[in-house]
Amino acid sequence: LAPRHPMLKKRDSFEDILEERRHSSDLRYALRCYTPTLYKGLVPCKASMLKSIVLQSDHLQYVIKQVSSESGDSTECVAEEASLILDEMAHRLQLSTVRFFVFTLSKAFKRLFRSVCVNEEGIQRLQQAVQEHPVVLLPSHRSYMDFLMMSYLLYMYDLPLPVIAAGMDFMSMKFVGEMLRMSGAFFIRRSFGGDKLYWAVFSEYVKTMLRNGYAPIEFFLEGTRSRTCKSLTPKTGLLNIVMEPFFKGELFDVNLVPVSISYERILEESLYARELLGIPKPKESTSGLLKARRVLSEDYGSMYVYFGHPVSVRSLTEGKITRSQYNLLPRCIPQKPSADTHEFLNDTAFRLVRIQEGNMVLKPWVLIATLLLQNPDGMDLSSLAEQTDWLRHLALAFGAFLDWPDHAACSEVISCSLALHRHLLSVSAGHVQLSVTDAPQVETTPEEAVFHQAVVVLSCASYRNQILHVFLRPALLAVAMQSANSNRKDDVYNCFNFLRNMFSSEFILCPGDSVQDFEEACYLLMKRGVLQVLEHEIVMSASGHSTLAFLSSVLDPFLQGYQVVSRYLCEETNENLTEKEFIPAVRNFALKLILAGRLKCYEALSSDLQKNALAAFLRLKAVMKVKVGDQVTLKVNKIAVNSLEDTLGKSDVISHQNSWWSRLVL
Amino acid sequence: MASNSSSSTAQQRLRIIAGHLQKRPEDENASVAAQECKAEAPRSEPSSATPVPRRRQEIMKWNGWGYSDSRFLFTKKGQAEFTGKRYRLSGLILPSLKDWFEGTFGANLQHRSPATPSLNLSAVAPPNLNQPFVEDLKAAGLVVSHDPEDRVFRAHGHCLHEVFALREGRIGRVPDMVVWPSCHSDVEKIVELACKHNVCLIPYGGGTSVSSALECPREETRSIVSLDTSQMVSVYMHACRQYLRIRRLNEHGYCTGHEPDSMEFSSLGGWVATRASGMKKNIYGNIEDLVVHIKMVTPRGVIEKSCLGPRMSTGPDIHHFILGSEGTLGVVTEVTLKIRPLPEYQKYGSVVFPNFQQGVACLREVARQRCAPASIRLMDNEQFQFGHALKPQVSSMFTSFLDGLKKFYITKFKGFDPQHLCVATLLFEGDRGKVLQHEKQVYDIAAKFGGLAAGEDNGQRGYMLTFVIAYLRDLGMDYYVIGESFETSVPWDRVLDLCRNVKERIVRECKERGVQVTQTYDAGACVYFYFAFNYRGLNDPVHVYEQVEHAAREEILANGGSLSHHHGVGKLRKEWMKESVSGVGLGMLKSVKEYVDPQNIFGNRNLL
Repeated sequence: LAPRHPMLKKRDSFEDILEERRHSSDLRYALRCYTPTLYKGLVPCKASMLKSIVLQSDHLQYVIKQVSSESGDSTECVAEEASLILDEMAHRLQLSTVRFFVFTLSKAFKRLFRSVCVNEEGIQRLQQAVQEHPVVLLPSHRSYMDFLMMSYLLYMYDLPLPVIAAGMDFMSMKFVGEMLRMSGAFFIRRSFGGDKLYWAVFSEYVKTMLRNGYAPIEFFLEGTRSRTCKSLTPKTGLLNIVMEPFFKGELFDVNLVPVSISYERILEESLYARELLGIPKPKESTSGLLKARRVLSEDYGSMYVYFGHPVSVRSLTEGKITRSQYNLLPRCIPQKPSADTHEFLNDTAFRLVRIQEGNMVLKPWVLIATLLLQNPDGMDLSSLAEQTDWLRHLALAFGAFLDWPDHAACSEVISCSLALHRHLLSVSAGHVQLSVTDAPQVETTPEEAVFHQAVVVLSCASYRNQILHVFLRPALLAVAMQSANSNRKDDVYNCFNFLRNMFSSEFILCPGDSVQDFEEACYLLMKRGVLQVLEHEIVMSASGHSTLAFLSSVLDPFLQGYQVVSRYLCEETNENLTEKEFIPAVRNFALKLILAGRLKCYEALSSDLQKNALAAFLRLKAVMKVKVGDQVTLKVNKIAVNSLEDTLGKSDVISHQNSWWSRLVL
Repeated sequence: MASNSSSSTAQQRLRIIAGHLQKRPEDENASVAAQECKAEAPRSEPSSATPVPRRRQEIMKWNGWGYSDSRFLFTKKGQAEFTGKRYRLSGLILPSLKDWFEGTFGANLQHRSPATPSLNLSAVAPPNLNQPFVEDLKAAGLVVSHDPEDRVFRAHGHCLHEVFALREGRIGRVPDMVVWPSCHSDVEKIVELACKHNVCLIPYGGGTSVSSALECPREETRSIVSLDTSQMVSVYMHACRQYLRIRRLNEHGYCTGHEPDSMEFSSLGGWVATRASGMKKNIYGNIEDLVVHIKMVTPRGVIEKSCLGPRMSTGPDIHHFILGSEGTLGVVTEVTLKIRPLPEYQKYGSVVFPNFQQGVACLREVARQRCAPASIRLMDNEQFQFGHALKPQVSSMFTSFLDGLKKFYITKFKGFDPQHLCVATLLFEGDRGKVLQHEKQVYDIAAKFGGLAAGEDNGQRGYMLTFVIAYLRDLGMDYYVIGESFETSVPWDRVLDLCRNVKERIVRECKERGVQVTQTYDAGACVYFYFAFNYRGLNDPVHVYEQVEHAAREEILANGGSLSHHHGVGKLRKEWMKESVSGVGLGMLKSVKEYVDPQNIFGNRNLL
């Protein structure tokens, strides 16, 4: 599924779909005849009929009886409740609403983007896939724009419009929620852990649409928008639901189509940064959306949508899932996935996200952002150009899907990129630096100043994060080599494995793939001439120093951030630290360090990093969750945290200029 | 006697049939004979009811299905014809078969792939005889043969790869000799000598196996002896050729009700050894329901129950070690079966459904109400069209006009799509009043699922199909078309999904034809797949076929189907046994084998 060596992968070319929109009438386009290619086994049915099919299904009837006998309510009562849940959830796809969206979005996209690029070969593959088997679309999720764009594109290419699993928070946007519903969104509650009835209605609703071939199902593996532009650890609940009809033999096959949507500049950029810093996110509301009209006046560069190769669930499961495990119970009785099914789902989800990552288009700015973050004091344009060019070749060698303009001088490319992202930069006298641009009118406290700077850093980091998946494995190896006690291969591997475990919530690292990842990293660095991998030893080549230094500084903010968290856990913790208090407390701790000049890494303020670090400590059993009453408190095993911190400290970059930690420790 | 037999399900024993036959008043029920003619019409002609001879090749094909005189062929004018006099279809012209055949398979009558005309005796390896054993057998007065023709005949069943190899004149390992016991004590003697001289015995009944059960294991180094039970026609009518027995039973107003598709050839011992099923099982039951008493000779001795009680609570039923043992434990020598009075009245019927889904839903409802006729089968659209291709030439303008009218009514007036409609064929049995009542009940249920009664003819033709389909395969093989059927059983709620997925899986591997739901149970159905393709231009068609069947079987198992409903496991489906019955289950069977036959005298290596 995931190619061993990504640089060998061939990728399709792009077409700009806005090109045509700029030359012909949007209204006529919105009203044009729409005749989608349909699934060959389609059972035609209307949205209203769908509801009765779901409510009458054996599965739901079974659960209704079960819930009724458990709760003592009458079955009619429970059935009524199911019906209400379905009303709240169900989409009401209407072509007229879609046409309205097509019209307005055409206008909006033209304002926002210079181009919207789509790989048409991917569309052709999708057209084929849609006819053969029910299709599940799995786009990456970086922006609200994602699913609007998906539906827009499918309409445009005469593909069946998808039904989209959306979070309930949209529903609170009065008018817009209903509009989205009529354009194919269905709404699910964010958490319904123990609610059997809700789960039954929800899963049956999705499965019915899939089985009937009603429409492609679209959902986000990552569950929510990634605020950091790193892919999020995938969720497997919906993946299980869409695979179950295959497991149970109700469908011959299901096609999963990973879709990678990337933005040259993300609409929600500073919003995300603020959210990560704990500046509360404005609740989705229609008025908020109207205020967001301001965004329409800005330039967001290009947007890229890459439709990956359809992945057949049947071929994925071959040799991994014994479908006969579903033979012994009537299929209407819900079954929890078995341990091996669960492992399979998890593994598949990770691999699909890696496919998404691999097909994300990276712009030159991503390279520039990476370098600027490593040089907080700024860089001369000339050295920026030099290093960017160097980095570009490294990224390409590691298989990055880089969209570097043909026949353009490096300096030209850089100045274009800087212009597009000027709100994050100050450029003066050939010197570029990340800095706050819209200078605040009023006097700011030092805390506020830190936060303003942090917004810029985190915004910039969200671009660097886009390329992390390319450098991740070699970077882990680079850090492992620095922290290992010797050059022995198994020592280095052990360090690599430790880091991999530490960061497995932070980055997409398929569980169980540590040997492959290690080999891939060795291969890439060896090919680049950075390392020599001997039978028992790994030796750095003479020319490899700069590459290794660069790679380890890529991970530097994360190493530092995790150390801050562990330091906090060791030093500050009171006995009854609740889970809720954790993030604000760490943030304060980090803020104090920054204000005291002992920490320069603003990324340590990011709640995403803090959460991931906590997840790592929980996973490594250095911290335990204890439920006291209705609160969850964190019990810290200080010895364990300390030793993890020590190990991380060893990994910290000694050779690099940012060797701040030694200063901090002193 | 009449009152005796009418005491409904009172179990009758074959053992005392002779007595019945004598006591039975001549004038008992004249209508019985008349009805019986109708029921048996598709079978062989009653007058020439003779048992199969020792030299089977005298009346049967050595490299194809059934009687030598009965076969399909295309005449010079390109019309299909079924030769011989034994079957209802015999001597008739089938005008639409050619078009269907050419259209469906892309076959061409110009492209022939004829079989080797006669057995090349030099291709048969010389027998590996165990001389002391042979001498002891002869001393005991047993009939033996090491004639190559006899041996080749007993080296195969009717799997595609077996018949295909014979047609090409390829002969693999064959038994080294054949022995024909004529009674239980003969078998005891043979088994005893086999143990003494350590030779391998392979029981042979009718040779209609489709599970590679009769193939000689390649790894067997001992002398292999085929133990042919076909001559064991005892006065008690045990393990006799059922053809003869049923004929005699029918003549005297009785039947067993067990009618597998291969019934004119297969043997009672074979039915027991494979857990066979007949098409009328809804009334009479499967073989395990019919059997009252079994006697089997094993290397350890004779196994049997001490009485004929209809049911015993004496631990696990020892019959179930024998039923389905596929010749791995011993030879079944005597069987006592329940018999039933011949039904007073029989009626065929058929129902057209707009689509397969509706048809399945109707069959399920019929099963749920427990009012299934003696036989009810649902053919999907492809098979329906296949059945149509076997329509004999119509004799009058009027009939052909009527046919046209019917077709118009169903497709135009009722709006059935000829590419989707499917047909259920029905067979009712019992006393006249009840049959008519029953018929109405079933048609009423069918109507709820959009089914339209489509006449007796269609029904009858449907059943005829199952008896001649094996002959048709030989015709196909004359023109580069190979095919096979395979079956499974599956719970009702999975029937549609299983059919769809297996078909799709087969399509994915290559081209496909036909599915049929043949048996209904209140918990599920038996599903039959017919699958054939044109192999012109293919290097190793049998291998291709086997890969497809293997894939199809995997798909069946993954979709909740069983390994086999009634064909058995043999060597063909052995690899899935553990998965099907669990490791412990397989271990239990193995330990029984270990106890009963430690020397592996019954070394056909089936099942385990």
